[in-house]
Amino acid sequence: MKSVLRRLGLDGRSVVTAVPYLWLLLFFLIPFVIVLKISFSTSQIAMPPYEPLLHWAGDKVLQIKLNLGNFAFLVEDNLYWKAYLNSIWVASVSTFFCLLLGYPIAYAIARSNPSARNILMLLIVLPFWTSFLLRVYAWIGILKNNGLLNNFLIWIGAIDQPIQMLQTDFAVYIGIVYSYLPFMILPLYANLEKMDLTLLEAAADLGCRPWQGFMKITLPLSLPGVRAGCLLVFIPAVGEFVIPSLLGDPGMLMIGKVLWTEFFNNRDWPVASAVAIVLLLFLVVPMMYFQRAQDAEAGGVHR
Amino acid sequence: MNQGRNLFRTLVLILGFAFLYIPIVSLIVYSFNSSRLVTVWGGFSTKWYGALLQNDQILNAAFLSLKIAAISATLAVVLGTLAGLVLARFGPFKGRTLLSGLTTAPLVMPEVITGLSLLLLFVTMEQVIGWPAGRGMTTIVISHITLTMAFVTVVVQSRLSQMDDSLEEAAMDLGARPHKVFFLITLPIIAPALMSGWLLAFTLSLDDLVITSFVAGPGSSTLPMVIFSKVRLGVSPDINALATILVAIVAVGVAITGIMMARQQKQRERDAQMALAANQAMIESVKKG
Repeated sequence: MKSVLRRLGLDGRSVVTAVPYLWLLLFFLIPFVIVLKISFSTSQIAMPPYEPLLHWAGDKVLQIKLNLGNFAFLVEDNLYWKAYLNSIWVASVSTFFCLLLGYPIAYAIARSNPSARNILMLLIVLPFWTSFLLRVYAWIGILKNNGLLNNFLIWIGAIDQPIQMLQTDFAVYIGIVYSYLPFMILPLYANLEKMDLTLLEAAADLGCRPWQGFMKITLPLSLPGVRAGCLLVFIPAVGEFVIPSLLGDPGMLMIGKVLWTEFFNNRDWPVASAVAIVLLLFLVVPMMYFQRAQDAEAGGVHR
Repeated sequence: MNQGRNLFRTLVLILGFAFLYIPIVSLIVYSFNSSRLVTVWGGFSTKWYGALLQNDQILNAAFLSLKIAAISATLAVVLGTLAGLVLARFGPFKGRTLLSGLTTAPLVMPEVITGLSLLLLFVTMEQVIGWPAGRGMTTIVISHITLTMAFVTVVVQSRLSQMDDSLEEAAMDLGARPHKVFFLITLPIIAPALMSGWLLAFTLSLDDLVITSFVAGPGSSTLPMVIFSKVRLGVSPDINALATILVAIVAVGVAITGIMMARQQKQRERDAQMALAANQAMIESVKKG
């Protein structure tokens, strides 16, 4: 075995590199090339439901049929770009509220007793270990017209008629903030916990008030954590499907839902592929940003 | 001043944890409700658990999901460990940036995109090489490995980059071959990270709905797919019972891991003390001699 490998010019090191590399190339990178290819094809009623791009027309003449119609369709029908803009808007608002809620929590944990920190962080990640789907489902019971929250508000006398909360944008924001909050807190906590607290002492000695110390030292130093947390929430939230379909208004336009409908209900694979390609174009810059931050965080190149 | 800050901290933590845990607690409480209307209390009952145990559709789906999760978590740990090792230990090489990009992208990629692209890959592969024939467990497992190995890679990579590599270097200096160093030194040290990577991969696989829906075939409905189709029609108490069982399993699992880790920590402290004592004795003997 060893000699065979050596004869092929392969040492252990290149085999170790090649195995995960080839897996990811085959099952992660190449699929995108295929999506791109199918986004240029025409849909037809067959299995698979699209026409091939390349086909032999008569003798040794290879025809390429590129159909730009799917992309033109996305531009012409304003349903699609409304869905893109609305998804980006919903994801931005949710990311903002995640940060607003997650920062104080991460801060409070990072400044607790060292012995309490690990337990508190465990409690933050614990919900993440239980089913995401079921945690979203729990909010249906809370937000319904005769659900927990409305009953509670009526009981304390704040309202006398139940408010429609389920199937509104508000419910979708709650759902996203709730589900993605641990993703915001984790990188923020990792950053805040590492911070050198003597900097704050030095600032205090020089007459800085605690609030100024926070604004001038803690906040700027925690920006890498803020950035990582925001990207970790924003990027997947743009394409979110489960939360808007369970908690949102059925007519709410989110691009993840549109893609799902094109694929499963309309069985139009080429248009679904075009929707995916355009969504990817929107997300490629934040993703590259995230990858750089992640690689730096994970230690980058060793030695 | 300090007291005010402590009060603020406590308040933030109470509100934060209330937000995170009230939905889960409400799921559990209403699973013991005898009324079919999930939010109207009709007395204590465990009948929904009984109903759940008789629901073959849910039981079959749960069994399939567990099988898929166990297989894909195991393979994801193997592949993710290799990728993490390459990224943390092999230094710069041509194509490293692409590999690191390919391992971080699945972490944030919207699942509808990953699901669609994997399905189109499987359809194309079937046309070209005839494998995988149709869609079902195989395609789901491949997809879950691809998704979850990214998480394992992150865990392993960050563990390796925190780890002191002087032990590995010492073994190399003493003539151990690289694979021997890996299996005798590196692997035992990062074993806890591999364990948490496996659990993470297992949970993610067990929980995945979107990617699975794209790549599943007829007759391979996983638990999240069955739950989703039920939940879409509204709340139903047997789903609450199912959620409670899952929460209980997680709580027990976490408690066991926590106890094991605490024990290991104690063991490590004892070892460190013994090493220190041995060191001290050696210094003494050198001084005497």
